[in-house]
Amino acid sequence: MVRSYLELRQDTADRDRSLREKVMSLDEAAALVSDGDHVALGGCTMSRTPLAMIWALIRARRKNLMVSRSITSTEGDLLFASGVSRHILTSWFSQGIVWGISKVMRHYTESGQARFEEWSHMSIGLRYRAGAMGLPFLPTRSMMGSDVAGLLPDIKEMECPYTGERLTLLPALNPDIALIHVQRCDAYGNAQLDGLPFMDADIAMAANRVILTTERIVSNDQIRRSPDQTKIPFFTVEAVVEVPFGSAPHECYGLYEPFFDNLDAYAAMTRQDAARGVTEYLERYFYEPASWADYLGLLGIDSILDASRRGRSIYND
Amino acid sequence: MTEAGDYTASELLSVMSGRLLEDGQCVFAGVGVPLLAATLAQRLHGPGLTILFEGGVLGPFVVPGELPPSTNEQRCTRRANMLLTITDVLLLLQRGYVDVGFMGGAQIDRHGNLNSSFIGDPADPAIRLPGSGGGNDISSLTQMIVAMRHEKRRFVEAVDFVTSPGYLAGGPSRREAGLVAGGTYRVVTDLAILGFDGETRQMMVKALHPGVSPEQVRDNTGFDIAIDADVATTEPPSARELAVLRELDPDRLYTA
Repeated sequence: MVRSYLELRQDTADRDRSLREKVMSLDEAAALVSDGDHVALGGCTMSRTPLAMIWALIRARRKNLMVSRSITSTEGDLLFASGVSRHILTSWFSQGIVWGISKVMRHYTESGQARFEEWSHMSIGLRYRAGAMGLPFLPTRSMMGSDVAGLLPDIKEMECPYTGERLTLLPALNPDIALIHVQRCDAYGNAQLDGLPFMDADIAMAANRVILTTERIVSNDQIRRSPDQTKIPFFTVEAVVEVPFGSAPHECYGLYEPFFDNLDAYAAMTRQDAARGVTEYLERYFYEPASWADYLGLLGIDSILDASRRGRSIYND
Repeated sequence: MTEAGDYTASELLSVMSGRLLEDGQCVFAGVGVPLLAATLAQRLHGPGLTILFEGGVLGPFVVPGELPPSTNEQRCTRRANMLLTITDVLLLLQRGYVDVGFMGGAQIDRHGNLNSSFIGDPADPAIRLPGSGGGNDISSLTQMIVAMRHEKRRFVEAVDFVTSPGYLAGGPSRREAGLVAGGTYRVVTDLAILGFDGETRQMMVKALHPGVSPEQVRDNTGFDIAIDADVATTEPPSARELAVLRELDPDRLYTA
């Protein structure tokens, strides 16, 4: 459950943490992920989802990843249906409230083919934070008395040695790999985030290594002009992949909002026969396109322009 | 349709629950009716109402007609005072900065416990629901208002699964479980406003909405519920409340 502290440090010590270029292709980055790894996903729900990297892992037919994320949307359906993961640790799992409960998530979990391991939102955040802090656990006043905690044997309680109060203990999460999508970073992996930071900095620090996808690669000089904006440091990062619209059809703050037409179409495709609908969606958007550019072509220039116009409007007065 | 019927159940829920929020409070709102009702309250009587979203947003003003698909997209951040990490915004609940947690519910029981995880046996559920999100944290750490439809299948004696704790088994059991703060304060439905007895922690009717009879509430509640003979009646939604609400949600994304 909790990784040995000395092994965790050793893994970090064994990595090349020098200031070096790490730019590579999606396929090359996908090869860094092994079957069975614990993979943490940055962003939340439909925001800054590392969709391009997930797209590459599905195409590479990775298997049995244990995936963790704060809140899981359509990418969870696609990970289940493709077999890339049959175990997702998250706090909430469906496309989004306006589309109702995910039929795909229901199909795979209710039939016992896949596991949705439910923790509360804050407890997942504190688990990553404990991992980022190099501690085996963090205490909290949440999760007590509920059946959510009751289903999780890894949750312990303790009496506070200072006050005598009951506290819940949350075990650290130290993912093997974190996949994080950002607006910009340099070739070394210094990443700057706009908008909602979610749990990404904690995930990066907790993970053994990070694959960054980025809307654009900027110079190290540009990073050094505003180091206060850097939220993920280069030495946590193993790969940098430049992927424009790398969260599509989800959103990337300040650049594009969700591609609602594609998301509505996905909901319609999976409404009647979830397993068949999601398979068709995977075939069409994930397996058939020759490249990420072809995938964006399928989403369509009209959709890209519309999502971009809405995305950039955040900066309008 | 009578005059009182000129709005949807979700609109009634939004107006009635928005009225419970006070200017100057900090309210932690979930997506859907809570987000809408909190934004409505800001515009009608609470310009100093601070809204928090679990995506990491402190003090936004959501733009009319641009309601977000969850509380984690950029639409939630308009004119906010601060954006912070998910973990840190949720920790504000633990620290004690939040007056009211406000969310919807799929299933609630006599003691205000909420289920948003499983219908049926968790080991072999009839329906796997989306889960807690921040619901468990919010209900564990602050006083809660719940807005939901009043139906017999939703108001049950005991929930199939306690996702978000209310008063657990009633009486002092919440405190004894280690949850020393908060608890379910009000449940707002399309039929009534409900509260909880201070001792037994059992749900009771505080007020009926216009045109709703005590029998209607009893018929739509899956457990015995106390209703005083002289129970109050709420004021119907005003034209102004409905006009502002419809300006906020012109596409009826949350109020269909």
